[in-house]
Amino acid sequence: MSDHHPTGIKRWLFTTNHKDIGTMYLWFSFVMFLTGGAMAMVIRAELYQPGLQFVEPAFFNQMTTMHGLIMVFGAVMPSMVGLANWLIPMQIGAPDMALPRMNNWSFWILPFAFTMLLSSLFMEGGAPNFGWTFYAPLSTTYAPPSTDFFIFGVHMMGISSIMGAINVIVTVFNMRAPGMTLMKMPLFVWTWLITAFLLIMVMPVLAGAVTMMLTDRHFGTSFFDAAGGGDPVMFQHIFWFFGHPEVYIMILPAFGVVSEIIPAFSRKKLFGYSSMVYATASIALLSFIVWAHHMFATGMPVAGELFFMIATMLIAVPTGVKIFNWVATMWQGSLTFETPMLFSISFVILFTIGGFSGVMLAMAPVDFQYHDTYFVVAHFHYVLFPGAIFGTTAAVYFWLPKWTGKMYNETLGKIHFWMSMVFVNLTFFPMHFSGLAGMPRRIPDYNMMFAEFNMWASIGAFGLGLTQIFFLVTIIMAIRNGKKAEDKQWDGATGLEWDALPSPVPYHTFATPPKVD
Amino acid sequence: MADNSEKETNKPLLIRLVAIIGGMFLFAYALVPLYNVFCDITGINGKTRGQALYQNVEIDKQRVVTVEFLTNVNRGMPWEFRSLVKSIKVHPGELNEVQFYAKNRSKQDIVGQTIPSVSPGEAALYLNKTECFCFDQQRLKAGEEVDMVVKFYLDADLPKDINRLTLSYQLFNVSDSFKFEVATSK
Ligand SMILES: [Cu+2]
Repeated sequence: MSDHHPTGIKRWLFTTNHKDIGTMYLWFSFVMFLTGGAMAMVIRAELYQPGLQFVEPAFFNQMTTMHGLIMVFGAVMPSMVGLANWLIPMQIGAPDMALPRMNNWSFWILPFAFTMLLSSLFMEGGAPNFGWTFYAPLSTTYAPPSTDFFIFGVHMMGISSIMGAINVIVTVFNMRAPGMTLMKMPLFVWTWLITAFLLIMVMPVLAGAVTMMLTDRHFGTSFFDAAGGGDPVMFQHIFWFFGHPEVYIMILPAFGVVSEIIPAFSRKKLFGYSSMVYATASIALLSFIVWAHHMFATGMPVAGELFFMIATMLIAVPTGVKIFNWVATMWQGSLTFETPMLFSISFVILFTIGGFSGVMLAMAPVDFQYHDTYFVVAHFHYVLFPGAIFGTTAAVYFWLPKWTGKMYNETLGKIHFWMSMVFVNLTFFPMHFSGLAGMPRRIPDYNMMFAEFNMWASIGAFGLGLTQIFFLVTIIMAIRNGKKAEDKQWDGATGLEWDALPSPVPYHTFATPPKVD
Repeated sequence: MADNSEKETNKPLLIRLVAIIGGMFLFAYALVPLYNVFCDITGINGKTRGQALYQNVEIDKQRVVTVEFLTNVNRGMPWEFRSLVKSIKVHPGELNEVQFYAKNRSKQDIVGQTIPSVSPGEAALYLNKTECFCFDQQRLKAGEEVDMVVKFYLDADLPKDINRLTLSYQLFNVSDSFKFEVATSK
């Protein structure tokens, strides 16, 4: 088996190799993560004190909007696709993804989509300013002209993630090594398979929503315009029909990651493999019937509020199954606390906090108080930062030795972890309090009474920003002059990538499928 | 790399996946009529129905319900628009008439469209209009003013816990959709 591959720029432009494409996805998402993070720094700098210090309110709105869009669509989603590209073929014993050319295409669309989105910052009238949820009529009647670039950007990244999802499904169904039955697949593959189905179900709905916006803006339709018989509330229904499954698209692969890492460092098998699979599937199914919990304050009838409240709380059951599963896996294991494990444990703890505030928000009667306050901001940052991003970070530390053949410096990794842990909580925990006290989200100025909480949150955010630079340096140092990694770097790790492949993995793997028993 | 036999096995799955994707895109559009039908049946978003007939309606003299009127003028609409009374007390089943006033304060001809909405939303099902200016568009010449009428009755089945409801009208400038007609009417 030759390990020859093209070099230079052409290697990256024309590659159909799942490892190359995975690497590009991961670096792209990190660049977007820093970009969206820089916007968060602008937001937190402005909110450090009450009053207007650094930016105009109009620009502040553009920052909150772009921060959300970049982080959701540019940082979190592509990072998960990057992990999928690297890991799924290795974990199921396949030589590559099933549709390698489409794989190349789905990555290379992204830089164009986000260049288009980011270019709107420099246009007349500024970037989109209506929040990442782009509610009509803010995004139709009252939106800046650059909104059309946003719409096409969303179309393009939607096409990209749909193609990525198709690739995952076809790969998992058709490319598994002989003997790799569905119920033998590593959980990361399972969670990604379910995520891929969510993606192909809801990304087209998002595409439909932005297309309706486009025709409302320019072609005389009135889907969301009451004057022409439309209804702006309907926008929220369509958006959240996509939006709620979207939050599981961002978190399910991270569930898969920690379900691999926790058993490895507990030196035990996962407590309940099949219950984990079924819990993931139930979460995905339930995610389609809860969307209106984002709309309790729109004046729904009581029956509707009750339905969506109960359905939402039901999701806590499979999620609880997962949490207990992870805890039971650690119970009486021979635990060690290397960096990936630290990130995974804190994932379990902090994600649970985010889950609890989610249950609070699910209660329709109290949601009227929490709605559109910083409590909501605290909630979703707790599930996204220590959830999706800690999950990805843990994955990078865990599989880096396999990918590159180099070990990261454990001390630096641990410093990175403790910085993350301290600053994440310092940033987002005070937001619970300012939110409960009534501070609205997406405002550049606020009442004096929220000053203390905001000061702490801003200090935490600056620290969290620095932490990411530290992460970058740690990873680059590992890739450049890390110690040589062993083929099975973690003694408790299981799976084909550790047992059947050397570190670093060769450019082409599993040209002849491995034996799975 | 995938050899030919694998490419063949990929095809049926690919076709199915693409069908799901196409179906979901259409589903987003299908949500629009679904939403309207659903709201029409349940009346939950406060949308009132079209023209009703006043025939064989039983009047409940025992019950008094307050109906309030609210008018709003949308951005870019230089009209004055209000109801002549703020609220009235009605018996369910009784036919009521309320006058609204509109004046075009601009120097141009403008076409307006009012959109009604009832709060609480569930009351919308029980508010029947036999005549309403909201069924048509209004074209007012520069400076022109007009009195407009709405005739409605409440269903006797109006839930017992509702004894006060609001009928609100939002006035939109729809001249853009009628540029040609407006231009020729000058
Ligand atoms: Cu939700």
